[in-house]
Amino acid sequence: MAQRKSFRWHIAVFLAPAVLVYTAIMIVPLIGTLNLSLFNLDEGNRIFVGLRNFATLFGDPRWSGAFWNALANNAWFFLVHMLVQNPVGVMLAALLSSPRLRMAAFYRTAIFIPTILSFVIVGFVWKLILSPIWGIAPGMLDAVGLKSLFAPWLGREGTALTTLALISVWQFVGIPMMLIYAALLSIPDEVIEAAEMDGVTGWSQFWKIKLPLILPSIGIISILTFVGNFNAFDLIYVSQGALAGPNFSTDILGTFLYRTFFGFQLQLGDPHMGATIATAMFGIILVGVCLYLFTIQTRLRRYQF
Amino acid sequence: MTGTLRLALLASTVLAGAASAQDVTLTIESWRNDDLQIWQDTIIPAFEEANPGIKIDFAPTAPAEYNAVLNSKLDAGSAGDLITCRPFDASLDLFKSGKLADLTDLEAMSNFSNVAKSAWQTDDGASTFCVPMASVIHGFMYNKQAFEELGIQPPKTVDEFYAVLDKIKEDGSYIPMAMGTADQWEAATMGYQNIGPTYWKGEQGRQALIDGSQKLTDEGWVEPFRQLARWKDYLGDGFEAQTYPDSQNLFTLGRAAIYPAGSWEIGVFTPQIDGAFEMGAFPPPVPAAGDTCYISDHTDIAMGMNAATEHPEAARTFLNWVGSPEFATLYANSLPGFFSLNSTPVEMQDPLAQEFVSWRESCEPTIRSTYQILSRGTPNLENETWNASANVINGVETPEDAAARLQEGLASWYEPQQQ
Repeated sequence: MAQRKSFRWHIAVFLAPAVLVYTAIMIVPLIGTLNLSLFNLDEGNRIFVGLRNFATLFGDPRWSGAFWNALANNAWFFLVHMLVQNPVGVMLAALLSSPRLRMAAFYRTAIFIPTILSFVIVGFVWKLILSPIWGIAPGMLDAVGLKSLFAPWLGREGTALTTLALISVWQFVGIPMMLIYAALLSIPDEVIEAAEMDGVTGWSQFWKIKLPLILPSIGIISILTFVGNFNAFDLIYVSQGALAGPNFSTDILGTFLYRTFFGFQLQLGDPHMGATIATAMFGIILVGVCLYLFTIQTRLRRYQF
Repeated sequence: MTGTLRLALLASTVLAGAASAQDVTLTIESWRNDDLQIWQDTIIPAFEEANPGIKIDFAPTAPAEYNAVLNSKLDAGSAGDLITCRPFDASLDLFKSGKLADLTDLEAMSNFSNVAKSAWQTDDGASTFCVPMASVIHGFMYNKQAFEELGIQPPKTVDEFYAVLDKIKEDGSYIPMAMGTADQWEAATMGYQNIGPTYWKGEQGRQALIDGSQKLTDEGWVEPFRQLARWKDYLGDGFEAQTYPDSQNLFTLGRAAIYPAGSWEIGVFTPQIDGAFEMGAFPPPVPAAGDTCYISDHTDIAMGMNAATEHPEAARTFLNWVGSPEFATLYANSLPGFFSLNSTPVEMQDPLAQEFVSWRESCEPTIRSTYQILSRGTPNLENETWNASANVINGVETPEDAAARLQEGLASWYEPQQQ
């Protein structure tokens, strides 16, 4: 009975469109970028330089200074999201899923709406709100007698990045909220009832029953936040410009890449060093995602109901 | 029926084609899409009237896209006959790659000084490839009404300048000076490049920096930063987050008394203020009464010829006209604040523009120090100067530290500065 299985053509046919499109618009450009980072210009000719661009990026004190500054700023940007956006998202979801809350649908929509706004609008609106000249923030603080607390936050080195991170949190807090909300709703009533029978209610019910059940969702949100933050660019560019002022305190990898790749004002673009930075970013994100997938994801327990 | 119509249409197309065959049409590439109407209504008709047989088509692109669009058009061979030139390296690259024609022997070139031509010459000054059109001048604009209320006069010396600022601050009804550091560009261009030439002695200092005989840590280059650091106390609340449009609005709304300006603002501010108050202008103050004053008269726009044009003769005719006093008068009056670079003085109607341009008589002109040659490497001196100027005003870096950092960056790639 050596009957060989015939090749199942339909699998290839059904996979083909997605594979082709994905290859054409994602994989080929990605490889092109990686490839570009291995070349540089020498007297007008493009020559293969191996890893010398990376040696410049990490070895030259100017390049590496700018790179580590951008990476550190990016890490702080991410940390603010993890410490503020995700806990607040979980809290909002917990409140929304409370059966006693009225107008839940309204709150849900209102909190989610900023997410669908363009970065350009968010950046511009917040810049206006916080403007020391025309903004409503100084006026509102004045109305409650706290005018002294106001500062031109976006213009100070110490506060600009945190302010922008919080603006980004304001915009995207709807996403973790929705995902956690969905996860909370999917917890079967029997589990909750059983917990109540055992006397686990209120906060301890949240910590001991609900939180473990939504941990996989929190994991997914964390990794989405990580990838989103390390690819971020728009908000900083819109509100602080490509030079990511004041004094590069809001410079993240995205703006650093943009300045290098496309050039800025009198500085001409350098596609090769730009591609080198892009490759470094790709590496950082890849390592981050792998760490998550192989260490955290595998340990998360799943529950079958 | 349709057959006849088609034939008639075809015939008329052929005839029309034949009729205009003698005319040469030249296309102008430009980033000045704001000026489209002025070209179509004023400049082109004037030229076509004087030169029958040559038609001009002004075809601008958006400013931010211009360089990229122009480069790809030139590579594809579809670019227009006449090319509006950006100053310095962008155009120099085009000339070096043979895209722009050499115009050194154009008759109209004799109408321009060497400083005017420097932005569109090879580094040794041997070849010129664009006809200079206009420059912008830096200085300070002020609210005349505010000055009258407070009984103060436009300052001439640095001491008077701070005395005036102190007086406005003391009175409290106006913000002494409208400038912010959020965009950094403002601090460097309206600040450093505005008052700087006074201290580095204009062209003398700029050339010395290029040939390596002066350093950015020399007194003449540090002092402008010290001055900027003093400005801090006279800027509005929260100037760290104030952007360029914020500053413009503070001045045009009459809330600020002095505005460190570029002359291009004349055309922007006049309709916005709309007669609510009168604007005046004064040049950068000098350290002591009687000192020579220096102004930044920055060459900004010029026109060259596509080396691959099919009508080089017609294009040269047009460029000679662009280099003529007639064009200079037309252009400067249509666009107040963009000043002709022509050696022949131009009659201008706008009083504020007249004021700005009168400084050319009394002061030594120079161009922005970072534009020629010095911004070719990494780190880019122009961009570093933005950052340094903003830092110094914000008080997070001392003038000496900022200058030392710029010098170190420049010396890292620019050979004449390495000795």
